[in-house]
Amino acid sequence: MADTLKLELVSPERLLLSAQVEMVLVPGAEGVFGVLPRHAPTLSTLRPGFVDVYQGSAVKERFFVTGGFAEVTPSTCTVLVDEAIPQAALTAAFAAERVAWAKSQIEQAAGDDDRRKAQDALGAAEMMAEASAGLH
Amino acid sequence: MPSLKDLRVRISSVQSTKKITSAMKMVAASKLRRAQDAAEAARPYAERMERMLGNLAGGSTGRSGAPAMLAGTGKEDTHLVVVMTANRGLCGGFNSNIIRASRVLIRELLAKGKAVKILCVGRKGLESLRRDYKDLIVNSYTDFGRKVVIFREANTVASMVTEMFTGGQFDVATMVYARFKTAMTQVVTRQQIIPFPIPAAAESSDSTTVYDYEPSDKEILGELLPRNLAIQTFRAMLENAASEQGAKMTAMDSATRNAGDMINALTMKYNRSRQAMITKELIEIISGAEAL
Repeated sequence: MADTLKLELVSPERLLLSAQVEMVLVPGAEGVFGVLPRHAPTLSTLRPGFVDVYQGSAVKERFFVTGGFAEVTPSTCTVLVDEAIPQAALTAAFAAERVAWAKSQIEQAAGDDDRRKAQDALGAAEMMAEASAGLH
Repeated sequence: MPSLKDLRVRISSVQSTKKITSAMKMVAASKLRRAQDAAEAARPYAERMERMLGNLAGGSTGRSGAPAMLAGTGKEDTHLVVVMTANRGLCGGFNSNIIRASRVLIRELLAKGKAVKILCVGRKGLESLRRDYKDLIVNSYTDFGRKVVIFREANTVASMVTEMFTGGQFDVATMVYARFKTAMTQVVTRQQIIPFPIPAAAESSDSTTVYDYEPSDKEILGELLPRNLAIQTFRAMLENAASEQGAKMTAMDSATRNAGDMINALTMKYNRSRQAMITKELIEIISGAEAL
């Protein structure tokens, strides 16, 4: 049996996934990295992208995450995300809605800080739109 | 001695009170379910984040240049007390317990000669503390968590606290709220949020692992600390909401039971005085007949 590591995917609202997996791909701030068992301890921020969960040498589940943190130890991988959308729920209509929402946020933004946050949200939403177009 | 009519009126009024309290109990019970689920669902994230930050903090304390939110400002002259209560009453000792704990804390701090600032989340706390500590209250939020607690609201509180901290307006921040245990018991908790309290386990350096940081530990800390503040606030608000509904349910349950007891006692009294009246009338008739 192949080695496994414990993956925990947690959003503020709930624990999305807690399972023994063979490999995870995590969209780190400085590039996507794969986590296998006995990975060196790492802490990384995340950028918008897909978290791919590998089971039996194939992608078992994919989640689009908008950002967050990942903590890797030799036997565990904890991914704290701001928001995670299972691949099945990521449709073009959903992404378009998010893009529109983010754009309206930019318009309403008062002050640089708000505008920067809204820009980030728009970036994530546009990536979502791109990803969903490629999927369906 | 109240007349029979008075008694009847009282019984019916207690009956309608009982109907109201038992309805409120049921509403609280259904809200409690939802609030409890939300509070329990939020625990894993908050706990993991605390652990992650604990590991990180364990590694970076003692080094110079640690962010102030972690290491503190180096003094503790001004304290910020974040008092979290409900917006509404009728939930037993819930609000007063939190307020009492806050008062104790505030008095302790004032006695030590510290300056105190108060931030009220929830209308009840504001109303009560305003009487004694009007000048100390810096800000308040009274329209949060109307239906459910939303993360955005917690974030508003957290960014307000962050802003005050970076503006050098206080050195130490403590949150007072009720941690949900069961529907019957809520534990009033003081939680220090700034500077981040490093868990004792993480402080012994042999247990902490050395991490690789991407992009850098400073940047991660810079993002993680405000985020953690928001998460801890969110969690406290969720715990508080669940506690409130639990306390309300218990309070309304005992109110319903009291009303039931009161109705029994009043009905007994009503029947007795009715019987006494009948007996009195009989005596009058009989003695009238005997007199003839």
